[in-house]
Order: sequence, then structure tokens, then C-alpha cells
Amino acid sequence: MALLEVKDLKVRVEEREILHGLTLTVNEGEIHAIMGPNGSGKSTLSHVIAGKPGYEVTDGQILFKGEDLLEMSPDERAAKGVFLAFQYPVEIPGVTTMNFLRTALNAQRKARGESELMVPDFLKKVREVSKSLNIPQDMLKRGVNVGFSGGEKKRNEVLQMALFEPSLCILDEMDSGLDIDALRIAADGVNALHSPKRAMVVITHYQRLLNYIVPDIVHVMSKGRVVKSGGKELALELEASGYAQFEDAA
Amino acid sequence: MNVAVAKTGGSRAVSDLFASAEGRLPGSPDVIALRREAFETYERLGLPHRRIEEWKYTDLRALIGEVLPLAAAPDAAALKRAAEAVKAHAIAGARKLVLVDGVFAADLSDVSALASEVSLKTLQEVLANEANAAAGDLLQTTATDAVISLNAAMATDGVVVSVADGTQLSAPIHIIHVATATGASAFTRSHLRIGKNVRATVVESFVAAGKTGGYQINDALILWVGDDADVAHIRLMDDAPDAANITSQFVTVGANVKFNFFNMTTGAAVSRLQGFITLAGEGSELSVNGVNLLQKTEHGDTTLVVDHAVPNCVSRETFRAVIDDRAHSVFQGRIIVRPDAQKTDGKMMTRALLLSDEAEADNKPELEIFADDVSCGHGATAGALDESLLFYLKARGLPEKQAQALLIQAFVGEAIEQIADDGLREHVIGIAERWLERRQ
Repeated sequence: MALLEVKDLKVRVEEREILHGLTLTVNEGEIHAIMGPNGSGKSTLSHVIAGKPGYEVTDGQILFKGEDLLEMSPDERAAKGVFLAFQYPVEIPGVTTMNFLRTALNAQRKARGESELMVPDFLKKVREVSKSLNIPQDMLKRGVNVGFSGGEKKRNEVLQMALFEPSLCILDEMDSGLDIDALRIAADGVNALHSPKRAMVVITHYQRLLNYIVPDIVHVMSKGRVVKSGGKELALELEASGYAQFEDAA
Repeated sequence: MNVAVAKTGGSRAVSDLFASAEGRLPGSPDVIALRREAFETYERLGLPHRRIEEWKYTDLRALIGEVLPLAAAPDAAALKRAAEAVKAHAIAGARKLVLVDGVFAADLSDVSALASEVSLKTLQEVLANEANAAAGDLLQTTATDAVISLNAAMATDGVVVSVADGTQLSAPIHIIHVATATGASAFTRSHLRIGKNVRATVVESFVAAGKTGGYQINDALILWVGDDADVAHIRLMDDAPDAANITSQFVTVGANVKFNFFNMTTGAAVSRLQGFITLAGEGSELSVNGVNLLQKTEHGDTTLVVDHAVPNCVSRETFRAVIDDRAHSVFQGRIIVRPDAQKTDGKMMTRALLLSDEAEADNKPELEIFADDVSCGHGATAGALDESLLFYLKARGLPEKQAQALLIQAFVGEAIEQIADDGLREHVIGIAERWLERRQ
């Protein structure tokens, strides 16, 4: 069974249709890249999957593990295993990263009917993961993302991914605002999390990120639809020839 | 019914109030005469209403209507119920001084555990036994504020505490006001004299025993902080949801003092904390912080006057209000800088978080500056929870209410963080968390 099935999805934002019938199937363990020019609807797709308010689905459906995702609240989706790594992670002053991580993890476990993680187990897990991502312990005591650099914010997203163990990770423009070193650390973190059970959807404008996170399947989006899908060589082709050909096609 | 008739009716009720209470009010004939004078002031002014500038957002005539009859002195059953409330609200390690329905309850208090440098009397015994000059001092009032005059007239008891110079108090003094009498009022007046070079923490709690409700509290606190002292003062007002609490505090701060005040309002249908703080000695640092957590139709008013009477003092005021449903939060802050109070540094910031479309916040900051070399400022904001932060938390698995709760905790955190003591800060956070749970 497919992990994620997006079928003929039509989405409006304030009366304007952004997605005009998008179809996408992601199976367990696959890495998909979604590429496309600005305004093609890439981020809209990620927001609709995560349940961000402000988007009106007028047609089509999204199934996650066979269940209707659009019927679920964002927190229910998270508990089911959907994780969106934000393009611009927000800063939350007054909520320490540690408190946030523990509250979120336990909320997800509670929603799944699992017991809360004991504090020592939780701390051990956070310490292990943050060490591998090169996140200093004192960063965890600060407000969520407050005063973090762009790279630190993205690493914090990867840290959450590692901790929450979702089955579907959507990375929305993870490379934006990162230099090569920061990108490499974040990408290494993501690659370490890839497993036969866990799928990744990497949304990016540039081919650069795909040098570090190598996709199985590349989709090209233009004007609210997937206009072409192919292997990883499609990304290189795009790098050479640009998006213009697809914009005409759409 | 026209206004004149209403006023006459109100006055008559008040006279009955005093006449029926007279046997309960301690003091020599001279003290009683002072009380009667204060009472006449109250009768003349009546309950404050919206046409009185200082009370324009808190119209007590509209909000409480009338003053309830004086609560009976607590009997054994009342004290037993109070004991349970005291147990529930006690702070580990603190020395409790308990007032039940306006009367000091020695058996519920840690009198013998007080440090030897701390002297404790009750207002009742001071007024009954000491020279009349002292009594006049204890019952001081102002000519213009009716609730303070009413308090002077009607105060049945309170604690009169003094802490000797140079004392480092390791245990906080915890004054707990417990209400056990439904539909009655309690009037208390306490005095705290903190000596020079003292380090002390004073906590005040206002609570109800069990299901007690519909009562009124009128409390006054007169506090002197001696030179070079370092004092934390925390007030936690968690009265019954249908009670009223009107509290007036007069604080005089000496030189080179660190004084840190924190108030949290989580209870009462109608409340007002009015604080009058005078910086009377140079080189002192004043930190005044507060959190109002209001829901349903609660009305919570914090009115503060910080008077920089001398040069070279710093004052900081940080207030946060979280307002749900149709609740109404009021913050009035006035900073006065007297003509020779040069180099004054006074700042005040108040922020309101509106959780519903019908919630209301009124902020009235005022600066009265008569010196020319000062740095003073104020700021006020009001707004809803940030949708982008809420979505981030929900996308990480937090249900709506829990996401809101986390952001509300963060919002009030800045004021709560000003409490230096870890244990007390946790205690306060616990009360805030229980308020948040009541919302869910």
C-alpha cells in the first residue's frame, strides 16, 4: 500500500486556485524530490499535507496509510507520522527547546495511546541525537529557535524529525538560507534518518540539495500540477536546461 | 430609580454596616472615633464609580453594588475548613500567618516557628492595647479613596510584623487569607516593617475554603522597607470565582534597597490591586511585575503609582494580562518623578493577550515628570495569539488547547521569571498551570 496518495488535488487560497489537480504517490522508503519554479505550488502542497489553515481543498483527496488525511487536524496528522520541516521555522520565545520537544513528543505518544516517555529516557535520546547533529546542549535550554542561525534552525528541524520518528518527512526548501557546510550537516542528518519504512519528500527550487539527499524519483511541478516525473537524472537535466520548457508545457 | 435615591439607599446600608459591626472592631474610644471619621469619609464618597478618574474602568457601584455584611468571627467548624485550604495552598518551608474571615488564626499559624528577629502582633491586640498615636498610624487613610477609608473603619484584624535590622530570613513569611463565610465581607489591615539590611521574602495568598463564594475582601497592607534591604514580595490572589477582592498597598522604600514585587490574579469576579509605592531613599531598585489570568466575565484591575521622590532610583514594571471569554483586564500605571528626583530611570511595559473577540484590555500609562534629567518610558500592546506559532506547535503534535497553553505560559513567563527563588517561581507556575487547565 502506498504511504501517501495525493489524488487530483485542487486547492484554493482566497478564491485563487493554486493546485489544479495534482497527483502524487509516495511509497514507504522512497525519496521523492519535488522541483519547480517559484509559484508552481510546491510549498502549498506541503502546507496542505501538514494541515496549515488558510487553504481550501475544492476537489481531490489525500490518503495517508489509506486514511483520509484531510479529515484530520494538524496534530492528529503529526501523531500519525506526518512531519513537515518548515522552510522558515518560527521562533517561540519563552518556551525552551527541551520543554517543547518533550511536550510535543508526549502529545504525539498520548494521541497514539502510548505511555509518556520517562524523563531519563527522553534526555538520553535528545542527547544522542543532538550530538550527532552537532547541536550544543545549551541551545536546547534556550527558547525554541530564538537567536538561532539559519543552519541551527534547520538542524533543530532535523532533531525533531529524529526524535518524533515520523513515517513521512516533507522537507520544504531545506536549503534556503544555508551555506554549503550548514547544508551538509543538515543533509547528513536527514540521510541518517532514511530507512526502508520512512519516506522523504524533498521540496526544492535548486538541484544543489539533491547532491546531498539523492532522490529515487524527481517530479517537476509547474502551475499547480506535476508535469513530469523521472529518475534522479531529471534533476540534472533541469539544472542544465531550466524550468522554461515545462512552463510552456503546462 | 434616579441616582439620588440610589445613593441614599447605599448610604443607609453602609450605616447599618458600621453600626452592626461596632462590637467587633477593636480599639479604645479614641480609635473608634478615628474609625467613625473614616467611615464618614466613606459614606460621603460612597463606593467608587466611573466618574472618579482613578476608578473609571472599575466602577464598583456597577460591579459589586453594595458592601456585604461583616463576616462572623470564625468558629471551630470554619477554622477546620480553613485548615484544609491552608494545607492546600501552603508553601514548603514558609512560615504561615493565617487570617480567617478577617481574624488572625493563631492555631493555623506558625507563630512559634518564626525567627526570633521577627516580632509578630495582631492588629487587634495593637489597637486594643497600645498608645493611640500608634493606632492612628496603623489606620492611616487618604481623604479621597473610599475603599481605603472603609478599610480603616472596618478592619477587624491583621498582622503587625517587624523584622529586626540585619536579619537574613531563610524562610519566607506567608500570609494566607482564607474565606469561609459565603455572602459576607472581611476587612483586614496588616503592617510589615522590614528593618535595615534585611533579606526577606513575603508571600500573600488569598483563597477560599472549599466551595465558599460570593464574599468580599477588602485588604490593606502597609509596608516599610529599610535601607540596604533586599526584599521579595509575592501576592497570589486566587479567591473564589464569584468573590470580590479590593486590596490597597502602601509601600515606602528606603535607600539602596532591592525590592521585587510580583502579583498574580487568577481568581475573583471583581478585583482591584492598587499599589502606592514611594521610593524615599536614593540608589534603590524597584521591580514590579504582575500577571492577570482572567476568564468568563472576570474583571481584574491593577493600578500602580510609583513615586520617585528622590534621585538615582530605578523602577521597572512588567505586566502581562491573559484575557479569555468576556473578561476585562485593567492596567493603570503612573510614574511620578518629583522635581529633585534627577537620574531617575523608570520604565513600564504592559502587554495583553486577548483569547476571545469579546475580551477587553484597558491600559492607562501616565508619566508625571517634574525633573529634567531622567529616563522614563512606557509601552503597551494588545493582541491575539500568533497563528504561525500555533500552527508550528500543532504540526508537531500539540492539540489546539495545549498549543495555546504553551504559548500563554511563554507570554506570562517574562513576568514570572522575575521571581528569583526557584521554589516560589515553580509554585507560581503551578497556579498558572491550574488556571490553564480550568480553561480546557
